[in-house]
Amino acid sequence: MRPLRPLVKSHVPRHLAGVSDPIIRVRNLGKQFDGFTAVHDVTFDVAAGGTTALLGANGAGKTTTLAMLLGVLLPSSGSVTILGHDMRRARHKAMPAVNFSSPYVDLPRRLTVAQTLRFFAKLFGVRDARTRAREIAAELELTAQMHQRVGQLSAGQKTRVSLAKALINAPRVLVLDEPTASLDPDTGDWMRSYLAAYQRASGCAILLASHNMAEVERLCDHVLMMRRGGIVDRGAPSTLIARYGRANLEEVFLDIARERRAGAEVAAQ
Amino acid sequence: MTELANPDVAADQGGTWTRVGAVVLRHIYLMRTSWPRVFELMYWPTIQMILWGFITQFFLQHSSYVAQAAGVLIAAVLLWDVLFRGQLGFSLSFLEEVWSRNLGNLAVSPLTPREFLLSLTVMSLLRTLIGVLPAALLAIVFYEFSIFSLGPPLVAFFALLLVFGWAIGMMVSALVLRVGQGAESVAWLAIFLIAPVSAIYYPVSVLPPWLQPVSWALPTAPVFEGMRAVLIDGTLRYDLLAHALAVDLAYLGLGASLFLYSFHVARKRGLLLQVGE
Repeated sequence: MRPLRPLVKSHVPRHLAGVSDPIIRVRNLGKQFDGFTAVHDVTFDVAAGGTTALLGANGAGKTTTLAMLLGVLLPSSGSVTILGHDMRRARHKAMPAVNFSSPYVDLPRRLTVAQTLRFFAKLFGVRDARTRAREIAAELELTAQMHQRVGQLSAGQKTRVSLAKALINAPRVLVLDEPTASLDPDTGDWMRSYLAAYQRASGCAILLASHNMAEVERLCDHVLMMRRGGIVDRGAPSTLIARYGRANLEEVFLDIARERRAGAEVAAQ
Repeated sequence: MTELANPDVAADQGGTWTRVGAVVLRHIYLMRTSWPRVFELMYWPTIQMILWGFITQFFLQHSSYVAQAAGVLIAAVLLWDVLFRGQLGFSLSFLEEVWSRNLGNLAVSPLTPREFLLSLTVMSLLRTLIGVLPAALLAIVFYEFSIFSLGPPLVAFFALLLVFGWAIGMMVSALVLRVGQGAESVAWLAIFLIAPVSAIYYPVSVLPPWLQPVSWALPTAPVFEGMRAVLIDGTLRYDLLAHALAVDLAYLGLGASLFLYSFHVARKRGLLLQVGE
């Protein structure tokens, strides 16, 4: 396995020091499309330094929830507050400290990696965009690809560029939708190590949607289980595994997706 | 993660013009990596100018109207291209974001819809200058007609037509946001709908009486009438400029409102992540 570059500095950035309140606060979030309820009554918090996973089968409402959290989709009901800013009224005050990566949103394919990273650095108001683009490319092992067009890269390289873009502003809130979906096992493992190291170093809040249960067990301290647009269970991965009397999170996922009750509940009856 | 030791990385260092500049930079990168895009910008205005230059030379010998002012047709075609390139420059810059599925990235950034609108107008100005300036310079070489001989009124005509081009571009982009890429052909067609009533090559009085109010309801008719007043009579008609400005501002307000409303509706319906190829 490839070693990680030396990532972690011991101290947390000043802007996160002493933060105890939730960075992300979601209350009774709901979304209806023409009479169809995609998400209903979703409530959760994510604190600084916390990594929370949204899990659920396809169509459970994960991506819709993330889209509302990022402000790219307006909720029908409820509220999202990020860094104290109501995302409906003042999203542009929060956005300089937020970023995301999703396989559903492409990067401009005709730009080179260097141009792409410089563009997003400037868009997010990063001082010295050129230096920052070089730094983040080096960390994600993209230096050799800096002058290649994004459209010419392999799927794995594109995923790393997408993550580099997501980290370009050193966000305090990082939203990741399937961050390792197109990566081979080795690169996927490297990416998970990188994210874990980054999170420890920065103390940022990470909200992650994934179908890779091993990834969630490794990275996340809290899991929200979604089904049919609502949260049906929540807790630390180990707590959920114990509650359902299962060996791992994947089995818990299957229990919930197939609407089987928690093992502990069955035992109690 | 040395950069994380520096909170400045995450701080909001940029104001409106930094973010507008970022979007403009992205489009300049795009043009730099694709010379056919730049060539296409210059191609049509130049071909149009050459064609109308020859027509002018023919009419000079056969028409007392054109003989009054040799450059009237070339000036008309160049100014018409300001409007066409202005509209296309706005619409195509917007469509570039749609084609590359980059709207989602822009929507999840500190860029506001108003700033996005502003960046598209800056790109429209750049694209118009790239397209029309070479044709204007070639007109001097080929036909010894300089549109710059219009003097200061040229700036007013240019600005009025460019702003009207933005207004139409905003309406076209709003339509694409609402109904998707199927509407993108409107970007190429929209401007030609108003060409017959814009009095580009002939005065408004040529039109049938019932069509003339339609013509005066557009900023193009007073601009082209004003252009002819300068070239043929040597007078600057302030009444026509004021008329054009008033109508222009109304269309700009309508275009910007439609664009911002469509952006809001797209956000409500979740279309910003879906509009694309």
